[in-house]
Amino acid sequence: MSEPLVVLSGVNKHFGDLHVLQDINLTVDKGEVIILIGPSGSGKSTLCRTINRLETFESGSITIDGTELPEEGKQLAALRADVGMVFQSFNLFAHKTILENVTLGPIKVRGMKKAEAEKRAMELLERVGIGHQAEKYPAQLSGGQQQRVAIARSLAMDPKVMLFDEPTSALDPEMINEVLDVMVELAQSGMTMVVVTHEMGFARKVANRVVFLSDGKIVEEATPEEFFTNPKSDRAKDFLGKILSH
Amino acid sequence: MGDILRNYDILGAFWVTIQLSVLSAVGALVIGTVIAVLRVSPVGILRTIGSLYVNLIRNTPLTLLMAFSILGMTFILGLQLDEQATRNAYWWAVIMLAVYHAAFVCEALRSGVNTIPAGQAEAARSIGLTFAQSMREVLLPQAFRGSIAPLGSVLIALIKNTTVAAVILGTAESAGLLAEITENEGASLPTFFIFALGFVILTLPIGIATTNLSRRLSVKR
Repeated sequence: MSEPLVVLSGVNKHFGDLHVLQDINLTVDKGEVIILIGPSGSGKSTLCRTINRLETFESGSITIDGTELPEEGKQLAALRADVGMVFQSFNLFAHKTILENVTLGPIKVRGMKKAEAEKRAMELLERVGIGHQAEKYPAQLSGGQQQRVAIARSLAMDPKVMLFDEPTSALDPEMINEVLDVMVELAQSGMTMVVVTHEMGFARKVANRVVFLSDGKIVEEATPEEFFTNPKSDRAKDFLGKILSH
Repeated sequence: MGDILRNYDILGAFWVTIQLSVLSAVGALVIGTVIAVLRVSPVGILRTIGSLYVNLIRNTPLTLLMAFSILGMTFILGLQLDEQATRNAYWWAVIMLAVYHAAFVCEALRSGVNTIPAGQAEAARSIGLTFAQSMREVLLPQAFRGSIAPLGSVLIALIKNTTVAAVILGTAESAGLLAEITENEGASLPTFFIFALGFVILTLPIGIATTNLSRRLSVKR
């Protein structure tokens, strides 16, 4: 069962003088759901983005399903196709329809036939509840709907692992649940997920492990139950005290 | 006035102006797009080549480029594009107009690329598109839509700048013919207005059309 899918070892990164990722070691097993949590500036988003090399790093290595992440070029593009990414600001292609957003990757990267890609895209859009809006443009959809399309766009590539970089932080409160519901369903279907989020309810419901970062270091790793009820480090206690007190 | 219209081929001269404009506009769009891609590419040396091109060409007077094409390229380097001297000058005029305005097309497009949120490129890369695919499928289509209005301005400037080709083309195009008429018949206001009107007819609709298009095709975010 526990087969390592994403392995980070000794990853270091600087933004100028700031050491944003300090000697990060993290293993994500197949089918595992990991929550990255931490105060702002702790490096959790950077860590998430480093896994598909949207951020470069200076030393250490990252392997995905046994293959080391290459630095540039076509091999990197090929590896990225296997790693889904959902952004805080959705980033749907603004000039393309919802359907085109979902079919672009399968057609251009996987070489799928257009009809086949559209059929599969419609299935995925139905799954996230946007099927009837396939011909619209992103700007015509609400934030929650756009984010669900973004999840469908990632799923269309049949990724081995999906990264979520604060997927609900830019959403109005009443739209957060519709996105979380899709993510819960995804987690229960066995998808390997790395999620940067502050949604504690979601973390408790689906996470196998919570990884707490502070100042670029992994401070604590525990099951959600253990982490939220009995954090070990002072840093985590302080952080949870702040976000759970209201 | 009637004599002038009868004795000189004004429509023919404007037809040459239109040919020069269309051919060099297509050339400028193609070269300018390539240079713009170089200028936003992840490879440092390509970016340097792109900015060298823009800064060198943009800051050279067009008249100088025209003179160089005949005096330098044809006479000294022997690069003749056609046996016939007038056809040779015609093709050099097209090339120099295209090369010159490509620098401005590049900058219009690059400013278009810069208005696209960084997340668009990140999303494109994260679904596995290569740099070339991201450019073609995601960034350039949005950049073109975002820079229609400035591209229209470049096109209008290009049409008016075709008059500089008179330096090497002589009386074949409109500005050259205007100079000849003025020399032979004396300066007259009506002659001047005919040529001015010709350029208004060519450029005004482009300004209106590109303004409308840029509004209609703008990418909604």
